[in-house]
Amino acid sequence: MKPDAELAAADPAQIRHQQLTTPSGIPIPVFATADMHGEHRDAPGEYPYTRGIFADGYRGRLWTMRQYSGFGTAQESNQRYRFLLEQGQTGLSVAFDLPTQCGYDPTDPIAAQEVGRVGVSVSNLREMEILFQGIDLSRISVSFTINGTAAIIYAMYLAAADKAGVPRRQLTGTIQNDILKEYVARGTWIFPVRPSMRLVADSVLFANQHTPRFNPISIAGAHMRDAGCTAVEEAAYTLANALAYVDELRARGGELDSFAGRLSFFFYVHTDFFEEVCKFRAARRIWARLMRERYGAADPKSWLFRFGVVCGGASLTAAQPYNNVVRVTIEAMAAVLGGAQSIFTAALDEAYQIPTEQTAEIALRTQQVIACESGIAHTVDPLGGSHYVEYLTDRMEEEIVKLMADIERIGGMVGAIEQGIIQRRIAQRARERKIQTDNGSRIVVGVNRYCREDGAGHEWNGAEFSADPDAARSVVERYRALRGERDNHAVEACLSELSAAAAGDHDNLMPLLIKCCHSYATVGEIVSTLKRHWGEFREPTGL
Amino acid sequence: MALKGKKILLGKVGLDGHDAGAKVMVLALRDAGAEVIYTGLRKSPEFIARTAIDEDVDAVGLSLLSGAHMELVGETMRQLSQLGRPEIKIFVGGTIPGKDRQALLDMGVRGVFTAEMKLADVLDHIDRELS
Repeated sequence: MKPDAELAAADPAQIRHQQLTTPSGIPIPVFATADMHGEHRDAPGEYPYTRGIFADGYRGRLWTMRQYSGFGTAQESNQRYRFLLEQGQTGLSVAFDLPTQCGYDPTDPIAAQEVGRVGVSVSNLREMEILFQGIDLSRISVSFTINGTAAIIYAMYLAAADKAGVPRRQLTGTIQNDILKEYVARGTWIFPVRPSMRLVADSVLFANQHTPRFNPISIAGAHMRDAGCTAVEEAAYTLANALAYVDELRARGGELDSFAGRLSFFFYVHTDFFEEVCKFRAARRIWARLMRERYGAADPKSWLFRFGVVCGGASLTAAQPYNNVVRVTIEAMAAVLGGAQSIFTAALDEAYQIPTEQTAEIALRTQQVIACESGIAHTVDPLGGSHYVEYLTDRMEEEIVKLMADIERIGGMVGAIEQGIIQRRIAQRARERKIQTDNGSRIVVGVNRYCREDGAGHEWNGAEFSADPDAARSVVERYRALRGERDNHAVEACLSELSAAAAGDHDNLMPLLIKCCHSYATVGEIVSTLKRHWGEFREPTGL
Repeated sequence: MALKGKKILLGKVGLDGHDAGAKVMVLALRDAGAEVIYTGLRKSPEFIARTAIDEDVDAVGLSLLSGAHMELVGETMRQLSQLGRPEIKIFVGGTIPGKDRQALLDMGVRGVFTAEMKLADVLDHIDRELS
């Protein structure tokens, strides 16, 4: 394995500060202000950041290429991670199985069919240690897509770093930890909204002090978008959720400027190119204004809207699946032109299965072609100044702000989610989208236009992903062995300490969660302990 | 309103949280005249079977995107049989690979639907099976 050498060779900071020219030899300026058509707006890297949060765009630092991956056992995922790092990927992104995400141990009856199926099973510290074996956590940034159990997995990651001798302050990465959108779209909620908000606040405030380079929350619109809402709604709901977290953090004693710069965002990019580019330009501006003007943040870092994206999802089709490479290319270009800090490009077989090594590689190569051959990252905000881009940025900003004001009028996101208002709106949107696809008013190539008469291309005929069929069994065996080997008295002592703290409202639970993880308490045990005090979320099912 | 008078339970079984497709079907079936009960997320096969019987429904629709469809659909059908109502018709929707679609039909599932099928075709199919 030689990820470090490859990363160094591709270090964008080394190659991109030199003078760049087009293939014809014309010098490329970082920012060609003199050529601006129309109104000159803000400069890149300056408030309100329409053109991006960095003055030199991607010249100083390219985006992180972060492919979402994880399946089966910790060993299998560990092998895939090492493969991706050897191929030049610059960060890891962990997909967890549903039992881990919903807080059930692998032996729980409701988990029986889903251990290691859509992601990797990590029920305790031993599995976390296996997952990152041979990977230097002080050098590789890791992103965790986990929400309901985010505080526990964060605690477990810190415990794994402790055991590997990596100082907590050196850890880099992101944990999604955005519970609000789980109630709306992704569905891995566990506790009711308000105690869940406490867990989010506890982990963010803890991260502020102890892991300054690790982003403790990534506020995600992506799943709401993929569930059916429009780009404007995605941005409005996500920014409204962010404000709910800001309010919660302040209520729990957080100083705005101490945490605002740590908030990051995560969006989907679908195929409507200009709307996606302008969504990000508008969102940057809205967030900067909210933080500076409305909330009074003094530190410019607090004004920055930093975001990652995923390209693919509901924009991909099962029919004629190779077309998905083209869709993802368009989407990733929109992400770059919108100024994304990290990009995940989905594999062409996403509508069918967990990607094979081959399709996962094509997805990564798509980003590498854009980064190294297209030249679109050579200058800042190359679309800025276009009559259409500036018009659409302004109009999207207006619409997003208007929708955020509507949400405030009905009492903010927390209440709207508890009542199921946002969930119902998104279901209506999903239905409208389906009707438009069915009647052809929304064209989807290969689905309702340009279909083959002979029906060819409607089944996946590429390689099939095959996971270790014994994965679930080996996970369960190791889990049982662990419970026999660990010091169960120590586990119980840690859990009862956690229980006492969860009964009150005052303590930050993170130190106790880390202690539980060090004792090899499991995700299921910790969740059960907390459920006894907090109960479970009651999902509003009326539509 | 071809499905008028029909009562259908739509359920998310297992831990999968992707409910956009299930909710679109709730709305579409309701528009077509059916009475629809939606269970919400994370229901066990046993819960689905018991609710279907308590509510005396004509059909059960199960939505799965987690890949666990073979086991969870099979288990729901076993529960219905054990509780004495094997005739309640089962439909399945979600991310179902081609080979599993046939296997589900062979198990006695009355229709398997994926995201790209037209709603009108799905509703027609259900209507034919229930009439």
